[in-house]
This record gives sequence, C-alpha cells and structure tokens, in this order.
Amino acid sequence: MKLIPSAALLAAFALTAGLAQADTVLSVLADGNAETVAALDALTKAYTAAHPDITFEIETHPGGADGDNMVKTRLATGEGGDIIQYNSGSLFQALDPVKNLADLSDIQANVIDSFKTVVTASDGTVRGVPFGAAMGGGIYYNKKIYADLGLSVPKTWAEFMANNEKIKAAGKVAVAETFGDTWTSQLFVLADFFNVQAEVPNFAADYTANKAKYASTPAAMRGFEHLEEVFKGGYMNEDFGAAKFDDGVRMVATGEAAHYPMLTFALGNIKQNFPDNVNDVGFFAQPGPDAAKNGLTVWMPAALYVPAASKHVAEAKAFLAYVASVDGCNEMIKANGATGPYLIKDCKLPADVPPSVADMLPYFQNGATAPALEFLSPIKGPALEQITVEVGSGIRPAAEAAGLYDQDVEKQAKQLGLPNW
Amino acid sequence: MTRRRSPYPYWFVLPAAVVFTVLFLVPTLASLWFSLTRWDLFTASFIGLDNYRQFFKEPFLVQGLVNTVIYAALTSVSKSVLGLLLAVLLTSGILWQSFLRAVIFFPVLVSTIGVGITFTALMHPTRGAINIGLAAIGIHGPAWLSNPELALYSVAFIDLWKGIGLATLIYIAGLAAISPDYYEAARIDGATRVQQFWRVTVPLVRPATVTVVTLSLIGGLRSFDIIWATTRGGPGFASDVLASVIYKQYQAGFYGLATAGNVILFALIALIILPLTWWFNKREIDL
Repeated sequence: MKLIPSAALLAAFALTAGLAQADTVLSVLADGNAETVAALDALTKAYTAAHPDITFEIETHPGGADGDNMVKTRLATGEGGDIIQYNSGSLFQALDPVKNLADLSDIQANVIDSFKTVVTASDGTVRGVPFGAAMGGGIYYNKKIYADLGLSVPKTWAEFMANNEKIKAAGKVAVAETFGDTWTSQLFVLADFFNVQAEVPNFAADYTANKAKYASTPAAMRGFEHLEEVFKGGYMNEDFGAAKFDDGVRMVATGEAAHYPMLTFALGNIKQNFPDNVNDVGFFAQPGPDAAKNGLTVWMPAALYVPAASKHVAEAKAFLAYVASVDGCNEMIKANGATGPYLIKDCKLPADVPPSVADMLPYFQNGATAPALEFLSPIKGPALEQITVEVGSGIRPAAEAAGLYDQDVEKQAKQLGLPNW
Repeated sequence: MTRRRSPYPYWFVLPAAVVFTVLFLVPTLASLWFSLTRWDLFTASFIGLDNYRQFFKEPFLVQGLVNTVIYAALTSVSKSVLGLLLAVLLTSGILWQSFLRAVIFFPVLVSTIGVGITFTALMHPTRGAINIGLAAIGIHGPAWLSNPELALYSVAFIDLWKGIGLATLIYIAGLAAISPDYYEAARIDGATRVQQFWRVTVPLVRPATVTVVTLSLIGGLRSFDIIWATTRGGPGFASDVLASVIYKQYQAGFYGLATAGNVILFALIALIILPLTWWFNKREIDL
C-alpha cells in the first residue's frame, strides 16, 4: 500500500518536470536599438517555430554608460536572466566574465577566429557568440555632392582636406559634426587607429603596458590634430555643438553636408529615415598620411552571453548555437539587411548591398583592416568624448588634449588595477 | 541645571531608529568604506586613500568646484533678490494677482528633466525659438548651451526660471507675517515706498530670506539634474559641477572613486552650510 502514494508522487514529479521542460521561458536583456530588437525578434520567432517548447521574453535597457551600469548591477546581483546582449572587447572584459558568464567554448564551430578573441576571458575560454555584423569606422560621404563637384574618394588626409576646401568654396557644409551627442565626436581619433598601427605596429601593446602615450606618439596624436584642422578650416555645420546623431545622418543623406565621420551602423538609420537616399551615400576609411597604407578601422559587433547564474544554461546555449550558425546569420540579414560582413563562416551577403556597404567590403577582401584599439587593449579613457568635443570646438589645442587624455587613460588603468600603472 | 526625565519610555524611539539605521546610517557607513576601495560592483579591494588622491588630481575637479560655487551663488542670490521683488509685487494688490501667483509658481511643478529638454530645444543655436526670435529683430543669437563661455550661465538662468516660484511663495508667506502696523507707523513718519521697503520689509522678512538662501544654496551646490538634462557638463567640461564630475566617474564604472567624490561633496556642503546657518541664527537672536 505504501508503494502507491510514492509512485503517485513520482508520477506527479515527472509530470511537473515534464511541464516545466515543455514551457521554458528564456529571458533576454538587450539594448533598445531598433536594429537589435528587430534581429532578436526574428531570431527568437524562428527558434520558437522550430522548438515550440522554448519561448522568449525580451527586455530592453538604455544604451551608453547607463546601460553598462544596469547590466553590471544585474550580473552582480545574480539577476541577469538567461541571455544578455552586450558589447565585446574591453567592455566585455569589465563584466568579470570568468565569474559571471557561462563558458560557450563548445558552440564556436562556425564563428570566425577574429571574433573569438574579443569575447575570450582571461582563462582562455570563449564566453560569447557574435550578434550582428562587423562595423567600420570612417567617413560617410554624399555621392551627389562628389559627382557635382567632380571630386574623387580621398586616399590621404591631405586629399580629404583639399576636397573639404572645394566643398566649402562651393558654399556647402563640408563636414557634419554632431557634438550634441558627445560620443560622435570621437570618430576622427578612434577611426584613425588603422593609420596609427600601420606606422607604429606595437602601439596597442605598449599603450596597455604603460610604455606608449598619445602625447608622445606623433602617429597617435594625429587623430586629435585632424579634429583641430577641420575646426580651424571652418568646414563644419553652424550648429555642430547642438546637433545630434540623427541630424548628422540627415545632413549626409540629403546632401546638406558632404561628409559625416561615423560608424557604419548608421546605415540602419539612413534606411529607416531616408530610404530614398540610401543610394546617395558612400563610405570610405579615414585616410592617413600614406596612400599606399590605406585601410579601415573595424569594430566587432556585440555578442550574446549566458549569465552563469541562469537557471536554463543548457537551453540558452542551444539557442546561442543557433544564432552562431549560418541559419541564424541569414535570419539576421533578413531582418536588418546587410550592413557589413558577419562573423559566421559561410554566411554570404546578398549581391545587391547598398553602396556604402559595397564600399566597405573591399577593405575586408584585401585584408586592409585593423581592429579598433578598444578590442586590443582594456584601457579606454572615459573622458575621451568630452576631450574630443573640446578639440573639435576649438576650446583646447590638440597637443594639450592628447596629454590630458593620457591622464584620463592612467586613471582608467589604475581603476582596473592593471600591472605597470 | 538638572535634566528632567522624559515621561516616555525609550522603546518609543525604536521604529524610527530602525528606519534611520537601515536607510541612512548603514548606507553612509558603507559608502565611507567603499570610498576606500577599488570597487567594480563584483569585487572590492581595499586601496586606502588612493581614491581621494585620484579625485583631487582630477583635471576638471578645480573647474568643477569653481563652477559649483559660481552656480550655487548665482542661483541663490538671484532667486532671493528677484523672489523678494516678485513677492512684493504680487502682494501689492495688482490686477490678476492670484492668477499671476499661479503662473510664477507653475514651473516648480514641472519635471526638471522636462524643463531641461524644453530649454535645450528653445536654446538651439539655429532652430531654437530664442535665436529665431532674436534674428527677427536683427540679432545673431549665440549658441546658448554649446558656447563654453555661456553654457553655465544659460543653465543657471533655466534653474532660476524653474526655482523662482518657490522663493516667491516663501517670501509671500514672509510678507504676510509682517504686521501692517509697521507700515502705518512708517507712513506717519513720512517714509517713501522705497524707504518702507528698505527699512521695514527687508529687515522683517529676514526669516524668509534665511529659508530661501539656505534652500537654494544647498540646491545649487548639489544641483545635477538640470545640468545633465541640458549640457551634460559640456561643451567639453565647461559647465561641469561637482555632482556631474562624480556622476561621470560612476558612469565609467569607477564606483569606489565616485563614492569618494560623494563623501567630498557631503563634506563641502556641510562646510558651507553649517557656518552659514550658525551665522543666520546668531543674527536672528541679535535682532
């Protein structure tokens, strides 16, 4: 008689366990960008269609530094949910991945090696899968203005400045700057890194080891000087101090301005807000001193991670394995179009990409790319965007700004507790 | 002097003491501890006074401190002077007095972030209503919030616009407390309106002045929301105040350093406000 209740109990257990398994809800924490949400929606819907027992709950957080703090707080309190979408590179390292994120080394079969390095924790394990396409940092240009004035794409900084002079002489805004969103002011410095490493190959390592400084490395200081030259030339829009990212996109797309230094994810905004102008916008890498060494500074996309405290690590990993497959990659292309190369082996872009993407691909095919400094070094001074606003607005000279940024970098390195600082 | 025993038992204080300890005392002590550590939210390691050393080395700290004092003094003085003048006007029995009182007080009720966003649009250098209006009368208006020389003063003006209603309200209450007998006596002695203002109103409205100056000075010293909503301390660092310098350390993930900054802000406010209240109270006894 005693057997029966325990058997019933067992059956009940099996039933509830079965139910629980049948109804796994994975929570996803992601930034609120329209493109991020669109890609996540497409991926999760396709996955639920193939695995009806798995559903998703997507929660968004603000972008920028406020989002960083929210993600860190969630992870620190064990409330990170099951999947987190977050930056790769130095921001990923600041999450203390060995302690807080699950090991994803066994689902990397389709991931291109260059991406694995930017989501590898200090113990050598890989903790994330790529989410989205790689981006370039460079200069968007308005093809109509270039055609009207008979200009050609510059291969050196001097040619770029000569173009600016001609555009200004024609009565147009040569360079759109949008310091109302301070982060956009950093582009001339950050996107110059291909040129820095072409001249000083060891810069990233020496900089991390406290041996190389911006102020004492002429190649590294050039980015600050470029900002200063563009300001002194009077090439910028009148409201540069108040204009925002969306204004910059509008100006270069509609021909109000000829150039806009930006990351290539801006294509998504051009497509959304100015669909008729997509074919008027081209893109080139930030030119350096030498036409023979012309190349593109590349930003790796964000990644998806599984918090170590998740109750559904196995299910979340199965989903991430799908994201890191050719099928998952195609789903993302379908959702957002091709904005750049994906980091999944054998994931092909469609043939009819917009001109600004087509302009970017040759750099990848010719191997003329270098990762941005934030993927090679954990140190990025937090005040860079304020300092670049100062240089770009003529408040502080370039040389002084580079020295000031070195101090900011020192603070960051000390707060990270790095050796040699 | 013998102290009389309180008729109430000590455990009456317990509920309040628990709330005070949990919500105020423990966090204050914890922040003192964390200000001595390198803290990334995941782990905290003790580094002694390094955070304080780093904070005082911060290149924009000095400018931030100067800006904080300028901003607090400017908003506090202008709120008390203009607040008093408006209060005198609005108690003088002018037409639509109650309606105008409501209009002056209205901005106090609006959310600070909303005010900040609205003024950012109004003060836009090319598309803002202010500069479009100025252009109509032939003046090329400056970039109110993105000119480094002007930004701090533009924000102080917005703060004044938003905060003056409260100062006026306090002054109206203060004026109502002055007995009409004093004015009558002054009039019999042949005092003009201006003399009445300086000899009767200003001295007798002192308690209201103390309240307005203290409140607006504390508010100015720790002001953050309106600055963050309009300039974020920019352009560059031109309108940074202590609170925005601290917030940026927090944003950068330097939690220990930001906490040390808060301890310093706490000390600074105490250093300015304590002597000031002591001085005000002393004068009040003299009066």
